[in-house]
Amino acid sequence: MSRFGKIARRSFLIGSAAVVGGVAFGVYKAKTPFPNPNLDDLAPGSASFNPWVIIDSDKITLIAPHADKGQGIFSAQAAMIAEELDVALDDVEISFGVPDRAYYNTAAMDAMAGYPMYDNSPAAERMRGVLGGVIKLVMPMMATGGSSAIPDSYDKLREAGAIARETLKLAASQNTGVPVDQLKTEGGAVLFPDGSAVKYTELAELASTIDPVTDVTLRDPKEWKILGKPMKRADMVAKSTGTLQYGIDFRTEGMLHATVKMNPRQGGALNSYDASAAENMRGVKKILPVQNGVAVVADNTWRAIQAANTITFDWGPAPYPAEQDDHWHTLAGAFSEEFLNADARTVGDAGAAEGTSVIGEYRSPYLAHAPLEPLNATVLVTDDRVDIWTGHQIQTMLEQRVADITGHDVENVHLHNMFMGGSFGHRLEFGFVDQAAEIANQIRGTPVQLTYSREEDFAHDYPRHITMGRGVAKVKDGKVNALDVQIAGQSVMKSQMGRIGMSLPGPDAQLHEGAWDAPYFNLLNLRVRSYAVENLAPVSSWRAVGAGPNVFIYETLLDEAIHAAGADPLMERIRLMGHEPSVKVLEAVGDMCNWAGADLGNGRGRGVAYGFSFGVPVATIVEVVNTDDAIKLEKVWVAGDVGKVIDPVNLDNLAKGGTVFGLGHAMNCEITYSDGMAEQANYYDFEAMRLNQCPEIEFRALENGEKIRGFGEPPIPPSAPALGNAIFAATGKRIREMPFNKHIDFV
Amino acid sequence: MKLTVNGTPHEVSVEEDMPLLWVLRDELGVTGVKYGCGVAQCGACTVTLNGEAVRSCQVPAADLEGAEVTTIEGLGTPDNLHIVQQAWEKHQVAQCGYCQSGQIMQAAAFLSQNPNPTDADIDDAMSGNLCRCGTYPRIREAVKDAASMLQGA
Repeated sequence: MSRFGKIARRSFLIGSAAVVGGVAFGVYKAKTPFPNPNLDDLAPGSASFNPWVIIDSDKITLIAPHADKGQGIFSAQAAMIAEELDVALDDVEISFGVPDRAYYNTAAMDAMAGYPMYDNSPAAERMRGVLGGVIKLVMPMMATGGSSAIPDSYDKLREAGAIARETLKLAASQNTGVPVDQLKTEGGAVLFPDGSAVKYTELAELASTIDPVTDVTLRDPKEWKILGKPMKRADMVAKSTGTLQYGIDFRTEGMLHATVKMNPRQGGALNSYDASAAENMRGVKKILPVQNGVAVVADNTWRAIQAANTITFDWGPAPYPAEQDDHWHTLAGAFSEEFLNADARTVGDAGAAEGTSVIGEYRSPYLAHAPLEPLNATVLVTDDRVDIWTGHQIQTMLEQRVADITGHDVENVHLHNMFMGGSFGHRLEFGFVDQAAEIANQIRGTPVQLTYSREEDFAHDYPRHITMGRGVAKVKDGKVNALDVQIAGQSVMKSQMGRIGMSLPGPDAQLHEGAWDAPYFNLLNLRVRSYAVENLAPVSSWRAVGAGPNVFIYETLLDEAIHAAGADPLMERIRLMGHEPSVKVLEAVGDMCNWAGADLGNGRGRGVAYGFSFGVPVATIVEVVNTDDAIKLEKVWVAGDVGKVIDPVNLDNLAKGGTVFGLGHAMNCEITYSDGMAEQANYYDFEAMRLNQCPEIEFRALENGEKIRGFGEPPIPPSAPALGNAIFAATGKRIREMPFNKHIDFV
Repeated sequence: MKLTVNGTPHEVSVEEDMPLLWVLRDELGVTGVKYGCGVAQCGACTVTLNGEAVRSCQVPAADLEGAEVTTIEGLGTPDNLHIVQQAWEKHQVAQCGYCQSGQIMQAAAFLSQNPNPTDADIDDAMSGNLCRCGTYPRIREAVKDAASMLQGA
């Protein structure tokens, strides 16, 4: 297996003898003007051709800067570099590297250019280019999210590998006089025409003294030896043997354990507290204030949690409606011009279109992220520097926030990003790291690991935004003639950005994402409008963000319309679909299940749904049977098009896992508020799916899309409506609200 | 009290009600066992206690005198994988991996008692272990494969 490397950051002074081997590098071809952070502390004789490759006399280190929440990007990034560098993954060390603007995400903004992701017209591409340039200048942010890590990495990392390879060849040529065009590379070595070879590690010192080759050509995918083939993930053995260190497993000499208690009415005040009982409990070292709460520092996590549970509090009220019904009432009252977020799409005239009306109202609840590793961060503050060990999706911004808390220059704040035990968007938030920094800053010199109890994690999860949809469809002559989709939701982007002191310019696209850009181009009349409210519970990006609720609304309404028209749910979607890769995923999923209609008789039914999110079309068919006891999920077929498959094994795992995630929450989960507090406190009332409910799932990957895309989120949106539509086909019962188990029982 | 963890004897002096999970993680530094829920709902803390799979968050220290505990670290190592771990690697089960220590310990204990399980047996045995990433299809395949490998062994 490959090894996990650690890069000590800036441990040497620039300009000292220690970096003689590294400072001579010139400009490299990667599309970033930022200096290569690896050069800051490069050991003598080591070469770093760009931010992603370091070679010294004993090893090759590949930097995989995108955060790994479980999606496998750690391994995938290394594979992209290795493909062009001609090294085996087993022979390299892989490291998350150090947070640096050189690793800023160039793909994350693509979705925000105001054009649908399928639109690759010159105007759309120009806008994406402008936006990318602005971000580079204004806020070059290192971030992993929005299913953007693969598209962000694909060209940059292969290019990084190719630059390193060509530079090593040049070094070998200079050393031997053999022309570069007679040199080949394989297995981490340069091969000479006479059959002899020299290892990259032996060339590192010489290579470090020449300017990296800037003119490289990427290989045709037909020549790939690693990419596109089934891979073994670099973290798999460690994750199967308990040897992988997550943030919560970090241990260091003298480390104390802490936990926090904050107002369970999120954002409400802390009026007073009494911690006298906690102070004398065994192992308790300190009781410290943190923003809006109290931390207990002890010598053991359990002791800290036990002590925190004895503290009594007087909390202020919630800054949002205390009761869940009022959240729904707020949304029900938001379908008016006053709350208009965007007239997102108008085709024809959905209001005036002819046909029989089909009307529906749909609800998508709050949902906790609840990754299995509770929120935690370890921080050590000294007068000179701050070290942070945690898993986070926005690395550079995290360092700045901690610098603001502790008063250090950001150059002296060092995040050591860790593998995450899931995130689903939870680790886009900063509160837990802020608190760990606040605690550690009050006991400088002592490392402190802050761990949320599971109950605290649930109470302070900023959940998926609550959404209500209202739809009117018109059907005529056996066809769907019009859709009018209106969506009201708590603005997720305003809530999330507000917590980091940023405002959202313009409307919140997440409130219509997945609905306004569903490429049913042959639908003659369509209107998509969204309405935003901001006074409900604080919310955050939850895997697939807006497309989750919006595709549920859109595809359930569409299914109702197709049924009313007497058409076939798969065939009518194919007829309406104008986007070729999307047609192909619908055809593929039909082919996979030998589609023969939705109603299979004897209480057995199939539901179809299509979702377009993060540039990826996905079609899902769910088959259920209505048993004597309840609904049983029998089988699911999923087809998705990511443009280019990097690792078919991991992609298959993401497709199935994402489908389980989407189905499980649609069936079983919601967060509701009472007395201003989330009523769900642990997994016993937020189970999602367990193994006994998991259907057999079959997945097919297609590669017809023009651009490479990420697949961490796209399987989620169509899974919920596909299940709801299947339940209708099996039972005749139309469920318009998640979770479905409020309306029907599952086996 | 005295207990043995992965073959190594230890003596710890803790409260009688401190759960085994925290004895392992915070007193003995054995971090392969994971904290997920603290209330026996997720299974991430599964270890074997005298050969039986248990949720270590529910075992008080008072019950540990003379106990033999095996955690994921004691089942196999990266260089010497247990058959269940081999199956996990072969089927590339993990995504985030945080639940997998518990899944593997549960599967290993289950297969040692039921070496030839039906699909329903597997569902029953493994449904107490939550996986938030949804790796269940691969867990099923890996357990079945491990069972057949154990039969052949």
